[in-house]
Amino acid sequence: MSDVLDKADVQSPLKIVGTRPIRPDGADKVTGRAAYGADLNMPGQLVGKVLRSPHAHGRIVSIDTRKARALPGVKAVVTGADFPDVASEMHEGGEAASNLRDLAMNVIAREKALYDGHAVAAVAAVSAAIADEALSLISVTYEVLPHVLDVEAAMAPDAPVLHASMFTEGQETRPTVASNIVKRNRMGRGDPAQAFAAADVVVEGRYTTQAVHQGYIEPHACVASWAEDGQCEVWSSSQGQFMVRTYCAKVLGLEVSSIRVTPAEIGGGFGGKTTVYLEPLALALSRQAGHPVKMVMTRDEVFRATGPTSGAVILVKLGAKADGTIVAADVELKFQAGAYAGSPVGAASMTALACYDIENFTITGWDVVTNTPKVAAYRAPGAPIAAFGVECAIDDLARKLGMDPIALREKNAVRNGVKAAYGPTFQNIGFLETLAAARNSDHYSAPLGPNQGRGVAAGFWFNVGGESTVALHVGEDGSVVVVTGNPDIGGSRATMAMMAAETLGVPMDRVRARVADTASIGFSMVTGGSRTTFATGMAVVQAAEKVVADLKRRAALTWDVAADKVEWRDGAAICLDPTKDPKPLTLGDIAANSAMTGGPISAQVSLNAQGAGPGFGVHVCDVEIDPETGHVTVLRYTAAQDVGKAIHPAYVEGQIQGGVAQGVGWALNEEYIFDRAGKMENAGFLDYRVPVASDLPMIDAIMVEVANPRHPFGAKGVGEVPIVPPLAAVANAVRGAIGVRMTDLPLSPPKIRAALDAKPG
Amino acid sequence: MKALAAAGARPMAGGTDLLVQLRSGRAQPEAIVDLKRVAGAVGVREIAGGFVIGAATSGAVIGEHAALSKAWPGVVEAANLIGSTQVQGRASLAGNLCNASPAADSVPAMIAARAVCVIVGPKGRREVPVESIATGPGRTSLAPGEFVLEIRLPPRSARSSDAYLRLIPRTEMDIAVVGAGVNLTLDAAGVVTQAHVALGAVAPTALLVPEAGAALVGSKLDEASLARLDAAARAACKPISDKRGTAEYRTKIAGVLARRAALIAYQRAGGHA
Amino acid sequence: MTKLHVSTVVNGDPVEFLADPGMTLLDVLRDELDLTGTKEGCGSGDCGACSVIVDDRLVCSCLMLAAEAQGRRVATIEGLAQGGHLHPLQQKFLEHAALQCGFCTPGLLMAAKALLDANPDPTETEVRYWLAGNLCRCTGYDKIIRAVMDAAADLRQVRV
Repeated sequence: MSDVLDKADVQSPLKIVGTRPIRPDGADKVTGRAAYGADLNMPGQLVGKVLRSPHAHGRIVSIDTRKARALPGVKAVVTGADFPDVASEMHEGGEAASNLRDLAMNVIAREKALYDGHAVAAVAAVSAAIADEALSLISVTYEVLPHVLDVEAAMAPDAPVLHASMFTEGQETRPTVASNIVKRNRMGRGDPAQAFAAADVVVEGRYTTQAVHQGYIEPHACVASWAEDGQCEVWSSSQGQFMVRTYCAKVLGLEVSSIRVTPAEIGGGFGGKTTVYLEPLALALSRQAGHPVKMVMTRDEVFRATGPTSGAVILVKLGAKADGTIVAADVELKFQAGAYAGSPVGAASMTALACYDIENFTITGWDVVTNTPKVAAYRAPGAPIAAFGVECAIDDLARKLGMDPIALREKNAVRNGVKAAYGPTFQNIGFLETLAAARNSDHYSAPLGPNQGRGVAAGFWFNVGGESTVALHVGEDGSVVVVTGNPDIGGSRATMAMMAAETLGVPMDRVRARVADTASIGFSMVTGGSRTTFATGMAVVQAAEKVVADLKRRAALTWDVAADKVEWRDGAAICLDPTKDPKPLTLGDIAANSAMTGGPISAQVSLNAQGAGPGFGVHVCDVEIDPETGHVTVLRYTAAQDVGKAIHPAYVEGQIQGGVAQGVGWALNEEYIFDRAGKMENAGFLDYRVPVASDLPMIDAIMVEVANPRHPFGAKGVGEVPIVPPLAAVANAVRGAIGVRMTDLPLSPPKIRAALDAKPG
Repeated sequence: MKALAAAGARPMAGGTDLLVQLRSGRAQPEAIVDLKRVAGAVGVREIAGGFVIGAATSGAVIGEHAALSKAWPGVVEAANLIGSTQVQGRASLAGNLCNASPAADSVPAMIAARAVCVIVGPKGRREVPVESIATGPGRTSLAPGEFVLEIRLPPRSARSSDAYLRLIPRTEMDIAVVGAGVNLTLDAAGVVTQAHVALGAVAPTALLVPEAGAALVGSKLDEASLARLDAAARAACKPISDKRGTAEYRTKIAGVLARRAALIAYQRAGGHA
Repeated sequence: MTKLHVSTVVNGDPVEFLADPGMTLLDVLRDELDLTGTKEGCGSGDCGACSVIVDDRLVCSCLMLAAEAQGRRVATIEGLAQGGHLHPLQQKFLEHAALQCGFCTPGLLMAAKALLDANPDPTETEVRYWLAGNLCRCTGYDKIIRAVMDAAADLRQVRV
């Protein structure tokens, strides 16, 4: 099959891939016609609402729902007792593995409430007002327990313990006392201790970050129906309808084929919608009530009860020779997992040093549970946090060595043939090219004014491939439908249609891309892991190639020539037999005659794509600080990234710009703030401060194309890399502007003013 | 009036605070009386050299009033800082005032302007200085059944102007961490003859700081008088530390913003510092 | 609680509905009138996804009671395209790829329309500050700003 790029060189240059057509779902999205999770209504539906724990940690002694059930208009009430026990089982979600029992207990609490916002009961009623009243009539008795939020406090021996059966894994001896430390991972090579001793220059730093939320503007929403015969329908906005189906089946003890999940349009996910919160509740309520149940989260619930990413402590030590060669590194990462095991510390450990070729290093990662919402994936999970520490340390190292920050990175950059810190040997990577693109940008050589500083940072993400199914059907008039199982978060319908059209040789407007429900297309993993253009795109191209082969066969049949005498070019079959000279047969011609040549023209491809190309980003950020107020203005931002091949350049730029914006918010203003009782104080967009339009300048995206030969058009995943560098890029810019190394995110004005006041001289 | 006198009734102007409180459950009124339908509550009028601003007039309408913007640029810019463009389409000065958030943007500027509220209620009409309305966070001196009908700005002397500045972590959309309003009148030589300074978000209510104003009177905003202004502003602060800022930070910034607002007001009034 | 009878004009058409006194305009648009193009992102006026234009003023429909629409003209995203033709703002958003998930897009388009109605020749800074009440988490705003300024240029030509 076609996993080599050179076919594009042999044939005509690309006509559609690499251009910027309007997305096929565009009209629906700009007119309000597109239907998101909360936009669908089923006849007879009820309103579902959730009762949530007001305590950060508590034993649920009893729940009395009698008064709620008796309220007129209430049709169903569920608690944890209405859900089956789920065995502990790991499930690969594509970004990270989930423990299904933990997921089930996060959907609705059993013996304990583990964070403020943890679901403990749910109701379905004929109106929102009655549902609210029903919640107030449910009486829950808690034994309030001491709670712990901070990751190091949770690791301390005297910390309140969340799970009595948690005994830290990954150490030399297994402890006999339960703790909040899920596991320790450790990786390394060489002899760091000796290398540090021999180093000319050593830098060290301790960095801290707070929990931050993906911040999608669309709250979670679904409508679910459990019919009398056990057949279930779910409409929900998620990053994967098959993921929703799997998790609902596991949580409720159903067969997957009895649930059909139809994906709504999704209003942002960034990893946060690769799990379920409402759908199993809605199904359980619907089963009891005998009616569909619609559930929509409030913004408050989104913050309090859906996964942010970890807050963390990062310790970095680097040792280098005077010429800038980094000879030793030690990184320690302590990550909040939230209420249940599974922070992204593993991925953070693997990516922490991935950009650099360092002979001797140790990376230690701690996964630690805390009385905060169970963390969920957030765009390159874990990597931005590790990169924050490492890239700030590299910046300090460059200063100490008197080296240009890009030159130092170039000196130590991984290149083809180098064994990555996390194992595989790099091939076809473009890190050096990306560093050069940043170095050569106009931005990098522009002068700076007073109170201004410039920061550089690099970042890495693996990107994944994974399982996708695609079906491609040719209509009787030659128009084409390509069907996938991946929700369109950022314009992937356009990209799929482009790749299909390019392969078929037809204009893009002859190809319609659809996203199908779980009963109408084969299995696909989530839209996440930067995998859709790579893996689903690969399946699209393979399906189109199968159709092309079929079309050629049919043309050969029609012309009565040998199969190898037919070529497919620009959407038509050309006869190569010199004894015959028929007109070319277009896709439409062949389709119109399909019944005579074998029946409907269709192809399906299911694959598990391998060879996703990792991505590298190098960012340059200029800030200006108001020294009296500590206010930071981002003046200019340039993000260079190795994208492999930009199938639709505007959407690739969009991924880069969006990731940068999230990273800037993470660096400057976003954080979960808890009060002394462990309740989130800023569970709204007023005080959870994401960047607004006036906070940012234009973001220059430089797309470096070093092709990934494993993808038919050379694409690499692009969506996650851009959030990895900005935390350090901003922090390094602040360092440049104020001469002080700030190590605690977010870099809010009071902290900067305090740092300036504390500065000697 | 009768409707408002009923127990559990709340007046509503723009509704941009009330609706948020309805939704969160913080406010649970029995009835809501829409002041926008009351005669005189919407619109800006010039009378006898001063301005009368209807209580329910939106920030957007205020910002579009040329004469008001020219005479009171500080009051107008403060009003126009409340929330987003969308909020500006609804939010009112009286609502901002009566919601009694210590950080309300329009209040320091109105206090510095020496604005007066006309209050209407079951016992008739009364006028009070704007700074007497808020008595603590979320609490006002209004009696049951009373509402603010209009806000009056006094006639403007020549060579007078004002300015309002606030510190927020982003560039928009945040509640003020500190706000400072300064209102100045100069003589022909550019010497300050009257100065009023008010601070927001540094005490349970917005504060008029007479010592800060006094620091500027008789000066041309030289460094010594600005330093006295800065110190007086800081001395008046009784801030809290909360999720938006520490007490220490707020105090420092109060001084910084008072200085900067004073310089802007001075320039607008025709002075050359 | 007795429902209130409200008569209003939505996207140029006369409309009547019954609303609980506590219902917001957003609730009514989405749940009574089936105009689901206007979105709820936060319910507290902080995200702008619910933006509509009432009597030529840009407002958050989550911050207006449905009853306040009595006698007013309401314009929603569903009324922006006319007779099957996209408004230049809608067209430019598509051309510039100024949307990714599209959830904030209806609110942004209404906000941009209100901007250009009030100020046909805004600077980049003016566009950014006017749109500060519309959160977008996907795009980083770059292409949105470009699309609005490009549409503004187009509309100025038409007017001339």
